[in-house]
Amino acid sequence: MSTDTTVKANATPTYSEAFQSGVREEMTRNKGIFILGTDLQERGGHFAQVKGIAQEFGFDRVKDSPISEAAMVAAGMGSAMYGCHPIIDLNFIDFSLGAMDEIINQAAKIRFMFNKPVPLVIRATSGIALGGAHHCNSLESFFAHTAGLSLAVPSTPMDVKGLIKTALRNEDPVIFLMHKKLSGIRGEIKGDDYFVPFGKAATIKPGKDAVIISYGYSVVTANKAAQALEAEGISVEVIDLRTLYPLDTDAINAAVQKFGRVVVVDEAPLFGSITAEIAATATEANFGSLKGPIVRVGAARAPLSANPAMSEAAIPSVDSISAAVKKVMKY
Amino acid sequence: MSTLDKEKSLAALRQMMVIRDFEETADKLCLRGKVPGGMHNSSGQEAAAVGVMSALAPDDVIATTHRSHHHTLAKGFTPKSVMAELFAKSTGVSGGRGGSMHLAGVERGHFGGNGIVGAGVGIAMGAALGIQVLKDKKVSVGFVGDGGMNTGRTWEAINMAVIYKLPFIIICDNNQYAVETFVGRVTGGGDLAKRASGFGLPSFNINGQDVEEVYKYTAEARERALAGEGPTFINAVTYRYYGHNVGEKGQYRTQEEIAEWRTSKDPIDYFTGVVLERKFATQQEIDDMRASVRTEIDEAVAFAESSPEPAISTITQGVDSGKLGIQL
Repeated sequence: MSTDTTVKANATPTYSEAFQSGVREEMTRNKGIFILGTDLQERGGHFAQVKGIAQEFGFDRVKDSPISEAAMVAAGMGSAMYGCHPIIDLNFIDFSLGAMDEIINQAAKIRFMFNKPVPLVIRATSGIALGGAHHCNSLESFFAHTAGLSLAVPSTPMDVKGLIKTALRNEDPVIFLMHKKLSGIRGEIKGDDYFVPFGKAATIKPGKDAVIISYGYSVVTANKAAQALEAEGISVEVIDLRTLYPLDTDAINAAVQKFGRVVVVDEAPLFGSITAEIAATATEANFGSLKGPIVRVGAARAPLSANPAMSEAAIPSVDSISAAVKKVMKY
Repeated sequence: MSTLDKEKSLAALRQMMVIRDFEETADKLCLRGKVPGGMHNSSGQEAAAVGVMSALAPDDVIATTHRSHHHTLAKGFTPKSVMAELFAKSTGVSGGRGGSMHLAGVERGHFGGNGIVGAGVGIAMGAALGIQVLKDKKVSVGFVGDGGMNTGRTWEAINMAVIYKLPFIIICDNNQYAVETFVGRVTGGGDLAKRASGFGLPSFNINGQDVEEVYKYTAEARERALAGEGPTFINAVTYRYYGHNVGEKGQYRTQEEIAEWRTSKDPIDYFTGVVLERKFATQQEIDDMRASVRTEIDEAVAFAESSPEPAISTITQGVDSGKLGIQL
């Protein structure tokens, strides 16, 4: 078994490799951590997120599962109550719908009802890419709405590693969403002692005139929009929430108070979304600081089409985000 | 392993009496509004619970259903702490946060009753996986009703237990009615053990009114589980004397049917006869046992009545650790 889990200088692993790195370090430290999911042992998961870990830690700690989402989450929940710290890999978050009772009605409530923490990580790939309506649901608001669950939505390799390590030291269920369009991006990561706390947003790009608050792949799109707007003389700050629950309301409030011109972006249909929550709470707390209404950019209220142009048109783009920023700049 | 010795027989008989008296008493209190949200009476099903628990070690794990007073008492939780939970008082097994359907004591191997049909089987299967991963010598038992035999996740859990050879026992606490629907009307193939055997595990239909038969099959299943031979399915056929929930006036079964089970198949009457026949106790000793049970249940009610309510200020406490935002 390899013990070389240190990160080499200047190494720029992918988003998926960053997950592997964090999991390896925590599995070495905690024998109660195991991974259960489909196609993990040989393939390493559909996004290479656990590639090589079965060979390194053994098939007892990386288990191939039948496609039984309810049993997968139940297996995680029961073993977590017993004393393990499982990572249940649901592959696509869309498949969590087959385990929604286990997640929302059971795992999230056990600590409150039975005074017993459930240290469980549910990892899944999320976000919108090609693949049609059954692989592109944005379910963040379902989970964030549920007391007892935390929700991580990293957009960089650094944050993937830092957040999964925090999740694996946490006592409670964490939904860990990795955007499918970020799987191959590269970036620096840090070593064994680097943790990203939940509930702490990061400033991706500083700005002077307005702020875009976002998470996941939308951070990338928002950043592109912000760069384009620089050329037009509009200086936009971009904030990456990194976790949706706990939500960094301090950072949101500070940004609203500083700029008064606020755009919130994600890929979920606008109605009942996280962007609605952010806009509402930010407005309640900072109404006097706002120069005008917070503008939200999200997806159409429709299932995602398999047609690439239709799919792209349904979700935020550089153009739609730029237009939203220009709208708040007119206040 | 096929019969209970004197000590275990008397303990089993007394435990069944405790459950019966507890349920009859709680039912009346529930009708008087003392049990918020109502309850599910397990009178008639005592042998299936006590038989299983007689075969388990104290730190074996169970997870169960919405009808779980009998399992919880048989697992060794006191009538006081269970009655207090029915009253949703702070001294209850779940601190008043669970109520009748959510009795638990995770540190003592009780992973909870459950308001959702079939959910307990999955949790117990997960506990069995935890036992296997941490290489402990224990088993986990998942209770499910006949209604839960027709929800898909029960079979997902059974399949997973089979492929991983988990130290797991599935007990179908089969009282023959899914709320008001007779099991035979909604169960394709009819034979539950035959259905389970298709998943590749030893599967048995047994008499759930005979505490010794339940004990024997559970003990053998436990031996197989500890030997690494994987899970067992046991369909313990039993009967509930009361409605699905307290106060129910259902027309879905006849009074004659209920009377027949009460008079000719009652698990306590039956096992009292066995105990007398084997001269494990005299009639006087059995009468004394019943009187001591009566006192114990009276004390449980008094305890529940006099216990404090949980503090309103705690309504959002214990949802999560609150530590996620702290730099580690």
